[in-house]
Amino acid sequence: MKYFLQRVSFYLFTAWAAITLNFLIPRMIPGDPVQALVTKYQGQLSSQAIDSLYVLFGLNKDANLWEEYVSYWKQLLTGDLGLSFTFFPTPVSEIISSSLPWTLLLVGITTVISFLLGTGLGVLAGWRRGSWTDGLLPVTTFLSSVPYFWLGIIAIYLLTGPDSFFPSSGGFDAGLVPAFDQYFIPSAIQHSLLPALTILISSVSGWILSMRNMMVTVSSEDYITVAHAKGLSDRRVAMSYAARNALLPNVSGFALSLGFIVGGTLLVEIVFSYPGVGFQLFQALGASDYPLMQGIFLIITISVLVANLLADIAYLLLDPRTRKEG
Amino acid sequence: MTASAVTMEQVAPVAAPAKRQRFRFVANKKAAAGLLILAIYGILAVIGPWITPYDPGARGDDLVQPPSAEHWMGTTHLGQDVFSQLLEGTRSVMFVGFFAGIVATVLSVIIGVTAGYVGGKTDEVLSALSNVFLVIPALPLIIIITSTLDNAEDWLIALVIGLTSWSWNARVLRAQTLSLRRRDFVEAARATGERTWRVITFELLPNLTAVIASGFVGTVIFAVLSEITLAFIGVTSATTWNWGTILFWAQGQQALAQNAWWWFVPAGLAIAVLGTALALVNFGIDEFVSPRLRSAGKTKIKTNTGRTVRMRIGFTPVIRKEPLP
Repeated sequence: MKYFLQRVSFYLFTAWAAITLNFLIPRMIPGDPVQALVTKYQGQLSSQAIDSLYVLFGLNKDANLWEEYVSYWKQLLTGDLGLSFTFFPTPVSEIISSSLPWTLLLVGITTVISFLLGTGLGVLAGWRRGSWTDGLLPVTTFLSSVPYFWLGIIAIYLLTGPDSFFPSSGGFDAGLVPAFDQYFIPSAIQHSLLPALTILISSVSGWILSMRNMMVTVSSEDYITVAHAKGLSDRRVAMSYAARNALLPNVSGFALSLGFIVGGTLLVEIVFSYPGVGFQLFQALGASDYPLMQGIFLIITISVLVANLLADIAYLLLDPRTRKEG
Repeated sequence: MTASAVTMEQVAPVAAPAKRQRFRFVANKKAAAGLLILAIYGILAVIGPWITPYDPGARGDDLVQPPSAEHWMGTTHLGQDVFSQLLEGTRSVMFVGFFAGIVATVLSVIIGVTAGYVGGKTDEVLSALSNVFLVIPALPLIIIITSTLDNAEDWLIALVIGLTSWSWNARVLRAQTLSLRRRDFVEAARATGERTWRVITFELLPNLTAVIASGFVGTVIFAVLSEITLAFIGVTSATTWNWGTILFWAQGQQALAQNAWWWFVPAGLAIAVLGTALALVNFGIDEFVSPRLRSAGKTKIKTNTGRTVRMRIGFTPVIRKEPLP
């Protein structure tokens, strides 16, 4: 329990740091990049929206930094992230909440599958060192060196076309309305197959490699020798003794590398025009839509923090030592 | 009995003092291959912009042409030579990769080693700092920061990447320093009155070389991918060439729909080969430090009695001379 509370307080601290960073970055910009935008939309922005932008980007010269910071927090806590310029006059929070489920489903499911698959293959490659599984390493190294988005481009080039099963872009067929019915769900799955495959191929190799290395390290431990000497079956020693212990560092590695993975997967969305936050971020960049960019960064960070917390809970269940009181 | 005979034989001929092998690291095939590829990229980074057959930005009359004798990698929608763009871009990619790598490595050594060696409150603060940077997704952060900079130059982008990607190495270094700190030779150095900076630079750092090198290589991979990503999504200026810029134009001009594979395949392969080379060097370092990780070669062996046995780590093979009872 103490371990759990420690982790929760660390994540709260990190969330605070990320929000503060988000508050400071626009203030470090030399000049006033937002001023131009405000001028551009002068006629269309309500005075309340302008106030909100002043708070978000520190254009309010009357208040000092601390007052700005306090009002920034007040605004965040009421869920006000400002208005998007690209999708004027929709609030940022609305845009994000419509695109977030797409990303959570696509990235969440594929990351978990990739972790499980990679760990499984890594167990095999580490235990049967010197067999055909060693051939996996160079192939997966090459695949993991390829940028996610380039693999996506190649996948679109090779696998999509007018007659192909795989659609080349979007999250569902154009004629459908998002709903949980028998038309929409299959279409959404069909559209997500190719992006998911791209993410899977380029992210699985990292797990294979780290799990293999842990297996190799663990399999020379004394308790493995003892397990063999007891006459346990090879399979049992591999699974219940070696893999069980090699898994722990891999799970904590999973938590720590989530940030890297999420960054890469956002790009896959861009290539496939998948309606998630990555694609929104891309559109926001093209239009210098600072409120939307900031909001997306904040929401990605918080999602990663929550995912980290979940990974920590998994670790808590796997490693009895963390449950020890005191 | 046989065992002792073997050791006797082995010991006898070693009369001359063993030479120190200075380039043992290169003897590792993976590391050698990686370093060779890196050297080629390094040379291209220096001479690339001088040997381009065309000006990479100059327009030509052959629009979107497939590879030919005149244009080895075809042309773009403006008739620009893709091969020239690729050569010109190598410099920027290598520069950003290595500069960011150096910045991140220096930071991680300072923060990681200090946290591990000094301990106490300093350690807690520095660890919390590196954990925060570790958990915040780096790429979105880099995108947000660079998008606020107008027409950022290569060195500025490299600096941003370096300043946001040191945390992983710092964490690894701190753990390694913690385990070294209580070793006898460090205690001895402290007991003889060596000053802290001397203990760190002459006792600790040499023992951390492999960890630092492997962290450096990892950061270079990350920095290269980040720079290319930034250019690809159009955050950085599209006037200087790097491989991401090529992909940016290819994507923006619907190269896919025009079947112009030569426009985006070479740049991607160049990234993948560079990444593979760096990863190979990293494998080399890992295996150099921890020989157990090496590929084991053939592990299935036919014994004299005709059975096949699979060798396992931690087991010592014994050849039985006497026939089985």
